[in-house]
Amino acid sequence: MKLDPNKNLDIDNILKDLDKYRPRRKGWTWRKKLPPGTKKGDFEFYDISEDLKNSIPLPTAHYFGNIDPQPDAVITSEIASGRFEEDIRRMRMAAWHGADHIMVIRTLGQSHIDSLIEGTPEGIGGIPITRKQLRASRKACDLIEDEVGRPINFHSYVSGVAGPEIAVLFAEEGVNAAHQDPQYNVLYRGINPIRSFVDAAVAKHIMAEEGMLQIDGAHNANASAKKAWNVMPELLVQHGINSLYSVKAGMKKENIALSTVPPTTVPSPEFRMNLIYAMTLREVFKDYKFRAQMNTRYIESDLFDATRVHVLNTVLSKLTSADIQSTITPDEGRNVPWHINSIRGVETAKHTMVSLDDIKEYVQINEEKVRPQIRDLKMRAILMLEEMIEKGGYFEAVEDGMFVDNGYYPERQGDGIARPKDGGIGAGSVVPRDEDYMAPVCNHFGYNNLPKDEEYDKVCDLIGGCTLHNPDKIQYIDELDETDNVEQRMSNYRENKKKGLIKPEVEWSHDGVIQIDMTIPDTPEYAEAAALEICKKMNLEDPQVISKTVLHPSEGTYVEIKAKVPFFVKRDELTLPKKPDVMEPEELFEYFKNRKVKVVAGTVGNDEHNVGLREILDIKHGGIEKYGVKYTYLGTSVPPEKMIDAAIEIGADAILASMIVTHNDIHIESMKKLHELAIEKGIRDKVKIIVGGTQINNDMAKANGMDAGFGRGTKGLHVATYLAKNLD
Amino acid sequence: MEPRKDDFEVRSKKLQKMTDEQLDNYFWELVEKVVDPMIDMASKNTSQSIERSVLLRMGFNSMQAKELVNKIFEKNLLSKGAGHIVWKVAKENNISVKEAGEKMVDGQLWDEVDRIFKGGENV
Repeated sequence: MKLDPNKNLDIDNILKDLDKYRPRRKGWTWRKKLPPGTKKGDFEFYDISEDLKNSIPLPTAHYFGNIDPQPDAVITSEIASGRFEEDIRRMRMAAWHGADHIMVIRTLGQSHIDSLIEGTPEGIGGIPITRKQLRASRKACDLIEDEVGRPINFHSYVSGVAGPEIAVLFAEEGVNAAHQDPQYNVLYRGINPIRSFVDAAVAKHIMAEEGMLQIDGAHNANASAKKAWNVMPELLVQHGINSLYSVKAGMKKENIALSTVPPTTVPSPEFRMNLIYAMTLREVFKDYKFRAQMNTRYIESDLFDATRVHVLNTVLSKLTSADIQSTITPDEGRNVPWHINSIRGVETAKHTMVSLDDIKEYVQINEEKVRPQIRDLKMRAILMLEEMIEKGGYFEAVEDGMFVDNGYYPERQGDGIARPKDGGIGAGSVVPRDEDYMAPVCNHFGYNNLPKDEEYDKVCDLIGGCTLHNPDKIQYIDELDETDNVEQRMSNYRENKKKGLIKPEVEWSHDGVIQIDMTIPDTPEYAEAAALEICKKMNLEDPQVISKTVLHPSEGTYVEIKAKVPFFVKRDELTLPKKPDVMEPEELFEYFKNRKVKVVAGTVGNDEHNVGLREILDIKHGGIEKYGVKYTYLGTSVPPEKMIDAAIEIGADAILASMIVTHNDIHIESMKKLHELAIEKGIRDKVKIIVGGTQINNDMAKANGMDAGFGRGTKGLHVATYLAKNLD
Repeated sequence: MEPRKDDFEVRSKKLQKMTDEQLDNYFWELVEKVVDPMIDMASKNTSQSIERSVLLRMGFNSMQAKELVNKIFEKNLLSKGAGHIVWKVAKENNISVKEAGEKMVDGQLWDEVDRIFKGGENV
C-alpha cells in the first residue's frame, strides 16, 4: 500500500487486516544530520538534516528556489482529536510540514483505569489508547513516513495505574517513545506514590529493552504552579529523580529526554530568566537528551501572542540545545487544537530553527554574567535535595507538600501539593514479592526466582516464547463496544464522501466548524454581542466567541468567532477557474535574455488609475521587467494615437493598455481605436496589443480587435508568459 | 510545609566554596540517595498492573489478564507472581500455559492453585 499525495488517506484500507499487522521497527530514530556547509539552493547550512521526499516548505520558500531545509532536531506535533481516524489525517499534514515525532494525547481519565482498554471508543481531549488504535496509527505512520521519506516516531503515555501493561502494549505495537514519570502520577493524578514508583520501574525496564525514548513529566510543575518561574530549583530535582530512577531501571541515558519548558514569559523579563534555567539544566544533565517544549502555562486565546512566545522559546532552544523541539498549537488557549494550528506550531519551530542555523558559532553567552546565577540555581536544587533526605526521602517530602510550592526554594509559601504515602488511588495495592516469586517472561524488572532446574537461553523459553519475541502470541481484540467505535463513526463519513459532499472542518471530518473574525467599533461587551448576532443573521449555528482583542475601550474590539456551517456543498457542482497559463520563471528569464522585447504601456482614455498597470510592469511588484522585458511607461490618460506613435518610435513588440470599463463603453471605443490606428500606420502585424483592467476579460478584448485581455488578479508572470508564447 | 522566608544566604554557605563540577557531582550524589531506596523497594514488590503485564507478555489478552490477576489477588497469591502460578499449573497438568490460563479464567484448576501455593510449601 502506498499513499497518493492527491488522495485522502483511506481509513478502510488502514483498518483492513489489522490483526495481522506487525510494526516494521521498534525504538527511537533521530534525524540524519547533514555535513556542515551543506548547500540548499544558494545557501550553506550547518545545523540541518536530510530533506524530505514530499513536503510543504515555509510560505516564503518560492523566493528561494522552494528549498525546505529540515532542522537537525526532531520536531514534535501533539495530536488530540479524540478519534484516531482523524488523528492519523492530522499526522499526515504535520509530517508534510516537518514533524517526525507524533505525540498522541490520551483521553481524559485513562490514567485512572486499572487495566487496558480495547477497541476504538471516542475520547475527550485525546484518544483512549488501545491496541487497535495504536496498530492503526502505527500502520498509518508507516505509510506516511514512506510518503515523506523520513521515519516517524510515534509517541504516547505510560502513566496512570496501568503503566506496566501499557509499556508492554507499546513495546508490542512499535510505539517509539513515551512519557513516563511516576512523579506525574503522584502530583497530578492522585495515584498512590508507592504504587507509582513500583510500577514505574517495571514499565521503564520494558521501554528500555525496546530502545524506546522516554520523556519525563517535570514540565508539569511549570504548568501547575501559579508562579512558574519560582519552581526552577524543584524542576532540577524532579528531572534528577526521574532520570536516575530510569537509569537504575535499566534505561540508557541517551534514551532519556528531559521535558523542559522555559518557565516564564512576558511581561516578565523572560529571556534572561529562561536562559539561566536552560543553561543550568543542560550543565547538570549533560549526559541526557533534551526535549524542549514551548510554554503553555501562560498561553492566552490570542494566536499571535502564543506564536510570539513560542518563537522566543525556540530561539532559546537554538542558543542552548534541543534534541527534540516540541510544538504547542497556538490555539491551545482557546480550543482543542485545530488542523491549521498544529501546522502553525510545526512551522513556528521549523522557521525559527532554520532561521537561527549555526547561531551558536556567532554569539556567545557572557559567562561572567550567567555563572553566579547558574550556581545559585544549582545550590537551591541541592538544598532542596538535602532537606528531602533529612525528612526521610521522597515519599516523606511529597507527603509534606515540598513540591509545586510557589516559593523560590528555600523560600516556602506553604501551598505545595501534598500527597500521603499511604493514600491516593491504588493505595495498599502493592504486594511484596515472596522468595519464590517468579515471572517467566523477558524484560522483567526486579527480583525473579527463575527455576534453576530448567534449561533456557532467554527467560521466555520457559513458556515457549513471550509476545516480545514471538509477536504471533499477541491476541488482537477488535471491538468491545457495539455503539462506540470507528465503524459507527465512519458510516456517516463514508456516505457523505460517496456523495461528494464537502463541509469545512477544523478537527473532525464534516464537523462544519469555521472561524470568522470582525472588528466592531464598540465596547468589548457590545462587540461580542454584535458579533454573535451577526453570525445568527448569517445562519451560522452555535456561534461562540473564541478570542477578543480590545483595540481601544470604545473605538473597537476585534472578535474571533467559531460557528458551524449548516450545509454541504457538492464537489461535482463546483466549477474550478481555468488555470492561468504560466511559464516557469527560469524559462522566462532565458527567453527574454535571448529575445529582447520592448513594450509601451499606459492607461488609455480618461483613466488616471495606474496602480494595476504599475504592478504588471515594475520589477518591485514582480512585473514583466523582472523577467527582462524593457518597458516605456507613457503615463495616465494617454490618447490611443500617442500609444501607437510611441510604439513606432521605440520599435515596440507590444502595447500594454490599461483601461477601466465604463457604462458608455468608452473602453470599447478605445480598443477599436488602437486596433484601427495600428492598421492605419502599418504596424498591426508587428505589434501585439494587450489590454488589461479589473473588469477586462480576454473574450471582450478579442471581440474588439485586441490580441489579448487580462482581468483581475493578473500578475506580471501571466503577461510575460503571453509575450513569450506569442511573439515571433 | 510551613511558609518560610528565603534563607538561601545562610543555608548555602557550605556550598559556596564548591566548584561547579563539585556542585554537579554533589547534586547527583544526593539524587542517588533519594532514588536508591525507591528502586530497591520496586525490585522487591509487585502490583496488579505488573502482574497483568507479565500475563500479557505470556500471550493472554487484556481481559484474561485482568480476570486472572483479580482472582490471584483475591487469593492473596499475587506475591508468588501471576505468571508463575499459571506456568506452574500448566506444568503440573501437562498442558500449555495458554490452555491453563484459559481454564483458570473459566474458573477451573483453582483447587490446584490452592494445593500448590497455599502455605508456601512450594518454596
